[in-house]
Amino acid sequence: MVNRHLTGAHYGLRDWLVQRLTAVVILFYAAAMIAFLLLAVGVSFEGWKALFSLVWVKVLTTVSMLALLWHAWIGMRDIWMDYIKPAGVRIAMHTLTALWLIGSLVYMIKVVWGAQ
Amino acid sequence: MKMHFKIYRFNPDVDQKPYMQDYHVELEPADKKLLDALVRLKAVDDTLTFRRSCREGVCGSDAMNINGKNGLACITDVAGLKQPVEIRPLPGLPVIRDLIVDMTQFFKQYHSIKPYLINEGPKPDRERLQSPEDRKELDGLYECILCACCSTSCPSFWWNPDKFVGPAGLLAAYRFIADTRDEATTERLDNLEDPYRLFRCHTIMNCVDVCPKELNPTKAIGKIKDLMVKRIV
Repeated sequence: MVNRHLTGAHYGLRDWLVQRLTAVVILFYAAAMIAFLLLAVGVSFEGWKALFSLVWVKVLTTVSMLALLWHAWIGMRDIWMDYIKPAGVRIAMHTLTALWLIGSLVYMIKVVWGAQ
Repeated sequence: MKMHFKIYRFNPDVDQKPYMQDYHVELEPADKKLLDALVRLKAVDDTLTFRRSCREGVCGSDAMNINGKNGLACITDVAGLKQPVEIRPLPGLPVIRDLIVDMTQFFKQYHSIKPYLINEGPKPDRERLQSPEDRKELDGLYECILCACCSTSCPSFWWNPDKFVGPAGLLAAYRFIADTRDEATTERLDNLEDPYRLFRCHTIMNCVDVCPKELNPTKAIGKIKDLMVKRIV
């Protein structure tokens, strides 16, 4: 195969922007959770359980976890793009990362929305 | 003043691998800059090889890694240097000999951003005029001397020198995007919208740290991204 420097994929801006926006969501969620636990319901199993029995907390958690997973996808893919040179190995790492993140998503849904 | 240097030596015709050579040299009172010391060293050992030309921070030839930080030998004071002064070639580029690196990859990236004014309009009689405000936009961009201190201190450029334009090239790209006389903004942004060419920059900011002209490539890269965002929202 010919050896050419291949660039010009014409993407990247959306990922860069999404990484910043999802970071804001994660920051907001983390700050809100800490504030709720410390100020409203108290740091205890009962407080934690009461907080997560509220539907809007579950929704907020799910949205924030989606933001986290999307953020992690872009970040992990960036690391593979930085350091892994052989295209085959890189595709394999991308695939494993995607599978791991999808698995985390399924497990998160089970934990947050499953039976109490 | 006697100074102790440890200098990276490599002559591919003779040496199997690079090594660090110790030099002790007596400096004259007029030897204020590191380049003065290197020239004095070369008088003792004429096999020591390095590039230099203007000796006043304008040509960008004598960029090297000085005590772990890239800089120009000709504007680095010897007095402030911790001894032994370790001098190595710019990191990340192939070494031709001693402190001389092969800049081909660096200039390839620079050329890839089309570092010249693109304007298909009719040629003016004398010159293309700019308002002082428009001209001000180019301050902090046009001063780049292409010494490669920034790009060779950038880990993203080390890992992907063939694909990532690097801080020097991106600063130059924004210099033409910011120029009101240039008409190719769309093409220039298209050219950079790529996960490698622009978005390998992870705002590590080594480039800002080392620039001998005190320019800010990270800021220029941020402005390119800002324009790209404005283009799509």
